Parts: sequence; C-alpha cells; structure tokens
Amino acid sequence: MIEIKHLKKSFGAHHVLRDVNLNIEDGKITSILGGSGSGKSTLIKCMMRLLDADGGEIIVRGKDITKVQNPFRLAAVRRHFGYLFQEGALFDSMTVGENVAFGLEYLTDIPKSRYASVVKEKLAMVGLKPEVAKLNPSELSGGMRKRVSLARVLAVSPQCILYDEPTTGLDPIMSDIISDLILEMKKKIGVTSVVITHDMHSAFKISDYIAFLYEGKIMLYGTPEDFRRTDNPYVRQFVDGSSHGPIQMKLMRD
Amino acid sequence: MHWLDQTGGAADMVRSVGFWLVHARFEFKQFVLQSITIGVDSFGVTALTSLFTGMVLALQAGNTINNIFGDPIFVGTIVSFSLIRELGPVLTGVVVAGRAGAAVTAHIGTMAVTEQLDALHTLGTNPTQYLIIPRMGAFLLTMPVLTVFSNIFGVIGGYLVAVYALEVPGEVYLNDITTFMGASDFMHGFIKSFIFAFMVAAVCCYKGISTRGGAEGVGKSTTGAVVTCIVLILVLDYFLTAILTAFGI
Repeated sequence: MIEIKHLKKSFGAHHVLRDVNLNIEDGKITSILGGSGSGKSTLIKCMMRLLDADGGEIIVRGKDITKVQNPFRLAAVRRHFGYLFQEGALFDSMTVGENVAFGLEYLTDIPKSRYASVVKEKLAMVGLKPEVAKLNPSELSGGMRKRVSLARVLAVSPQCILYDEPTTGLDPIMSDIISDLILEMKKKIGVTSVVITHDMHSAFKISDYIAFLYEGKIMLYGTPEDFRRTDNPYVRQFVDGSSHGPIQMKLMRD
Repeated sequence: MHWLDQTGGAADMVRSVGFWLVHARFEFKQFVLQSITIGVDSFGVTALTSLFTGMVLALQAGNTINNIFGDPIFVGTIVSFSLIRELGPVLTGVVVAGRAGAAVTAHIGTMAVTEQLDALHTLGTNPTQYLIIPRMGAFLLTMPVLTVFSNIFGVIGGYLVAVYALEVPGEVYLNDITTFMGASDFMHGFIKSFIFAFMVAAVCCYKGISTRGGAEGVGKSTTGAVVTCIVLILVLDYFLTAILTAFGI
C-alpha cells in the first residue's frame, strides 16, 4: 500500500497541493479526479519523485520516499513505479521497438538477445502488431502512442503504474480501448494503478476507488458507487459535468 | 539576476556531469553517434569558412606588407599565425556553436518540453548520464580536431591566393610558416579550442535542459545558446590570449 500523508507542493505563491491524504491499495485501480490545474499531475509526479514535495510523506513499503536524496536510492524508489505520460513522451529519435526496449537495459537483467521478443510480447499485450516496432513515434496516432508508451512501461514490470490522463485527446472509442487496457493490466498482472483523469466515463468503468482533488486536498474518497450517490455539490457538479455549481462560482470569485 | 541564475544552473549541471561520469557507466554508443553527428555536421561549414578566411588574410597581407620592390612578404607567416593562434579556434567555435550547438539545444529542449527528460528518469537513467555526458565528450573530441582541419584549410586558402593571385612562390609561402611558427603556437590554439569546446557544450546542453514553454521556448533556448556561445567565445578569446601569452604559450 502507498500512503500519502499531508503532502504539500507549491510553485512560487501558487499552492497546488495543500494537504493531500490518500491511501493507494495494492492491486487496485485508484482514479484521481480533478479539474484542469487542480494538481493531479503534480501529485503523481511527487510520487514518482519527478518533483520534490515541500512537505508531508509518501510511504511506499514502509519507507517515506520524499526524504530520499541519494541518486541511487532515488533510482531504486522510481523502480517501483511505471509512468505513462500524457502525450506518451516517446523518444522521437528512436523507433517504437527501441522505445519499448529502452528501460530493459537500465532496469532489468534481461540479455540484449531477448529484447526483440520482449518488445513483441509487450506490443501484443497492448494490442499492437510486431511490425509497429519498426515505426517512428511521429508515424503513430494518438491512441497508438499511448499504447506504445504503456508497452514501454510494462516492459520493465513495475509494481505500480501511474497513468497521467491516459484518455485525454482520444476519440471515445479509443478512450474506451485504453480504459479496457488499464483494466486488463490489473487482471493479467495484478499491477497497482493510479489513474489521473477527468474522464468520468473512464473513471467509473475502471476504478476500484476514486479520489476527488479540489483546492489542493482530497475532498472525497470512495468507490465509484459512492461518487454516483454523493450529495457533495462540488463532486456532484464535476461528476455531472455541469457548468453551474460551486466550482464555477469559486472560479468567478478568483 | 537572470544571468546569475543561469550561470549557477550551468555550474550545477557541470557538477552533476562530474558525479555521473564517476558513478555511472559511460554511454559509449551515444558518444560515438554524437561525435559523428557534431563532427560531420560542422566539417563542411568549418572547412569553407576557414578556406575563405585564409584567402582573405593572404589578400590583405599581400596588399599591405610589401618589400622595397613592392613584392608581398610574410604572407605565409601572417596567415598561419592569425589562423593557428586565433581564427582557427574562434571560427571553429562559432561555426560549431551555430551548427551543432544549436542542434543539441533544440534536441534536448524539445525533449524537455515533451517530458522525454522525465521519461529518462522513469526508465532507470537520467538526462546527465544519457544525453549530456556523451555530448560534452563529443564536443571535447571533435572541436579540437575540427580546429586542426580549419587551420589546414585556412593555410591552403592562403596558399592559393598567395601563389596564384599575389605570385608569391609556394616555397616562400611555406617557408614563412615553418620558419616563424613553433610548437607553442599550436599549443596556444589547441588549448583555446579545448576550452571553447567545453564552454559550447556546457552552454548548449544547459540551455537545452532548462527549456520551458513549448515550441516558443525551444526557439528561445536555441537562439540564446548560440548568441551566448558566440559572445563568450569572443570575450574568452581575449582573456585566454592574455593568460596564455603571459605563460609564454
């Protein structure tokens, strides 16, 4: 289990995370909802230690990873996680195959002679043909980029995958395919997943638990059913996707 | 102050280079690829600019310094001294900064704004180990080599003008070079080219990794890297000349 306690992060005078408290259950999918700029990506970047938190704790396997400074121990901390970037962040100077195999060299003991078969296997897991390995990232559609990026994450067998808005920018069918893939990864390899999203359809479909991040704090945490039934006007407005409600009023006051 | 922040950031990057150079494996494949790219990218432009610089130096010298019979003298000496001690390293530095340095900043900058640098962290390596050290090594290897070629092409350009336009005998031109040039003159140029290489690599890599703000940011970083390199090369050149001369080099 990953425990996030009183996490704080600011950028200058802008307090993005004020006091985040959240537990991520092993082997479950936890979605973090929130509007644009609410700090969702900041939260998982702090978990991955791509950003340093200003305060609080992130406890992974009993150790607070926010205190780790040694570069080698930091690399070991990151080893727990796989990170699916919003735009894929594929290395555009490499082919798809080289992208998928990239982490094998640094994070596994798999011999180079087996890289091609691992690439083929991981591409198949995300529903891509082996021929895709020869393409350049610039030749891929948005959905394919996300799938290749997921294959790159899967190749290094992380214990927890952090998905940064996996369905953003995709058509509804491709969004559903990506949602199915996230579910499949949980079923097939039992990986813990944290999904940053504002796609309610996807969140309800895939999540075991949902957390709603608002004004730097978790306003509501529960099952999808809890979110469907909640009377909380902020969450209600977000779930319904309405322009009328307290969130808009707050924005107008700002 | 902005420039102070930038200098501090670049110094921090160089410190990180030192750390990862000692503690992580050297990305030899990347180093070779970058050496080829930087060397090949810059060779043609360096050769061409040096050739014409040598030619114009010979033309100016031939029309300025004459003996009592009006014949040009010391053309070879002036061309070789100017090139090997000054213009070779400076021109090469400027050309490499404009050609390969800009490409390095644009590449790393694009990686920064598309989260590819973060992706390196998530996949078990880091930008310093994977991108910066091989590129710094490539600049340090290729710039002194390119400077040697720059000197050769410049001397050839001077020879062509001296012999075919100024009618100076080829033996006299070459004799002017060998009589007055010493090992310390080559060392003077070599030390400069090495220091310029380090500076161009550090500026271009730092500008790349500190890029923010999408395509516009990449453009700004790239322009900033080239301008900073050119200004620093010209300023450093004066101080290096003063220091090296004081040490008798």
